[in-house]
Amino acid sequence: MISLLWLIPALPLAGFLVLALFGGRFTRQQVAWVGCGSVGTAAFTTALVGWEFFQGFPDHESYHQTLWNWIDTSGLTVGVSWYLDALSLLMVAVITGIGFLIHLYSAEYMAGDEGYARFFAYMNLFVAAMLTLVLADNLLLLYLGWEGVGLCSYLLIGFWYREPEYGTAAQKAFIVTRIGDTAFAIGLFILFTQLKSLSIQQVQSLATEAWPVGSNLATIVAVLFLIGAVGKSAQLPLQVWLPDAMAGPTPVSALIHAATMVTAGVYLIARMHHLFALAPLVQEVIAVIGLATLLLAATSALVQQDIKRVLAYSTMSQIGYMFLALGVGAWSAALFHFLTHSCFKALLFLAAGSVIKSLHHEQNIFWMGGLRRHLPWTFWTFLIGAAAMSGIPLITSGFYSKDWILWSVWSSPLSHRWIWYGALLGAMLTGLYSFRLIFRVFFGEVRTQPTGEPGLAMRVPLVVLAFLALTVGFLEMPHTLGNVTLFSQYLSHALPTMELLPGMDESSETREQLAVTVSALLGIGLAAILFLPGSNFSRRGADLSTGRPLVTLLQSGWGFDRLYDRACVRPWFLLTRNPGELLDRGYEWLTVGAESCHRWMSHTQTGHVRWYAATVVVGTLVLLGLFAM
Amino acid sequence: MLSTPALVLAMMLFSLGLVGLLSRRNILYMLLSLEIMLNAASLAFIAGGARWGQVDGEIMFLFILTLAAAEVSVALGIVLQLSYRFHTLDVDAFSEMKG
Repeated sequence: MISLLWLIPALPLAGFLVLALFGGRFTRQQVAWVGCGSVGTAAFTTALVGWEFFQGFPDHESYHQTLWNWIDTSGLTVGVSWYLDALSLLMVAVITGIGFLIHLYSAEYMAGDEGYARFFAYMNLFVAAMLTLVLADNLLLLYLGWEGVGLCSYLLIGFWYREPEYGTAAQKAFIVTRIGDTAFAIGLFILFTQLKSLSIQQVQSLATEAWPVGSNLATIVAVLFLIGAVGKSAQLPLQVWLPDAMAGPTPVSALIHAATMVTAGVYLIARMHHLFALAPLVQEVIAVIGLATLLLAATSALVQQDIKRVLAYSTMSQIGYMFLALGVGAWSAALFHFLTHSCFKALLFLAAGSVIKSLHHEQNIFWMGGLRRHLPWTFWTFLIGAAAMSGIPLITSGFYSKDWILWSVWSSPLSHRWIWYGALLGAMLTGLYSFRLIFRVFFGEVRTQPTGEPGLAMRVPLVVLAFLALTVGFLEMPHTLGNVTLFSQYLSHALPTMELLPGMDESSETREQLAVTVSALLGIGLAAILFLPGSNFSRRGADLSTGRPLVTLLQSGWGFDRLYDRACVRPWFLLTRNPGELLDRGYEWLTVGAESCHRWMSHTQTGHVRWYAATVVVGTLVLLGLFAM
Repeated sequence: MLSTPALVLAMMLFSLGLVGLLSRRNILYMLLSLEIMLNAASLAFIAGGARWGQVDGEIMFLFILTLAAAEVSVALGIVLQLSYRFHTLDVDAFSEMKG
């Protein structure tokens, strides 16, 4: 059964090929069957493979499958080969499982769209590329998947290509992530020239032997990989593409820009953890980047008016938590937050999609309100998602994962106390912006009349994801609450466990948990005071989203777009416009010279045979004269 | 030696042919001049062969003879086509290939 591993990426790829070649001739129902079916069977295959993997699990920690040699020249052999261990199995399960639910949802959500087959073709291609990324055994194949998901992200952000703005957003996402990808590629080159290998496992053991901790080469490669991860995962300073990427259809935002692709950076760092362990400085940078991004994104999410932009900033913020955990060496905690985040964020996006669809594609939360009674399914599932994101204690998965991260930040030898305070502030802001959304959209008076609840194909994924958003957290519970360690035990076979600082006992853990709980509840309470219709503050008609300078700054995501426009885009255009023409002048002279030579030489071609004969004679005489001399 | 007058004759024939080639406008006469030049070259080979007592010169003459036969058959075909198309044998009228 486990030898069916190759089928998992092959099935969505086959789905893509079928839809791309024959999609135009299929009926909508057939398209939906192919599109959902390929990912569904991939999820089923994952279940089979996972079952067999668990049968022999602690003894056989990894499974290796080589299909064929992709590149085979002297000194470089790259195989199309898959590597399954605890980490990649977790990723594959999330990608196929949640991917299938989102495909099912899209079958109804996209029903009225003319590009139905195109949509499913791109989505299937995305799933195939993402699976290639996480299952790849060598870095080159991983890079193929990495670029593949970037391409699909571009195609799907610009899915409605008739709107020029959406095309611009797609290009922006593509170009900004390309900066990271270039750094990643340079990192690959350095690794290969130094260690003569691209296999992920081999290269890391070689690096550990060859490079001492903190050596220059290890730091440079780790920094380059980090830039790649930062670009893909929309972290500071390459985060500007993600809010604009919301131009794509909502299921795309759920699948690519929340659950899977944007966490590829987290996967990359976790996969290369031996390398990052050689560069402690870079690890500290990861933690700081995570903290800065989570605070920046959380404050920006507070004042956005577009429901999807709020969720986009919240995604950046939650991935910031994952980076923070990676930075302090809590690898499993980062992956646990990845798992819970992909459940509740996919849920939030899908529920938001259901709101948007029922309001005729209205996305401004100021035109929403009072949807609680009209859309009860959407309301309850959205509420569960928001509760999980803000980390309501005990009952939601988000609490367990975020608490684990904060506890790791508190107790890790690699961390600092101020980082923990920043992360705690972030937890408070998360509660605030999540419940601002709830109170704005679902409470108060109805501003836009909704058309009604979505159908079954959209409701089933919502309910399943809501169930997961509540229960996934029970896989890992802290010592003080239940002491379940299923998840950390499972991942300890692929990732190292974190060492605690001395003097960390249960009472300090309880105090830390209380702080997390209080900050989350404080955020929600603050949201109720500020935004619940009927409260003092909101009766006065005020919101954080009115135009004061600070609010405008936050709304633009701390003005990074303008900064990059001034610092990079405009100077570049200036450079290409004026001195560019000066450079052109040289080439123009070259063409003018060539043209005049041509005109001069063509006079000799008279077309008269006698003239040619005469030139031959003269030429011969000249040559003879030269020899005679 | 016999070869010196033969070479002088060959040179004279060659110059005659060359002048004819350059001064004649009728394409048939130009072909005739060409044949004279070829024969002058052959004569030079023969003279050379006789001078050094080698058979190579005569072999070259046979080659040139074959070449001249082939050249004439192709050239006459072209001349026929030209006279069909342009109704004249004046080479200066055929300047379609002017660059």
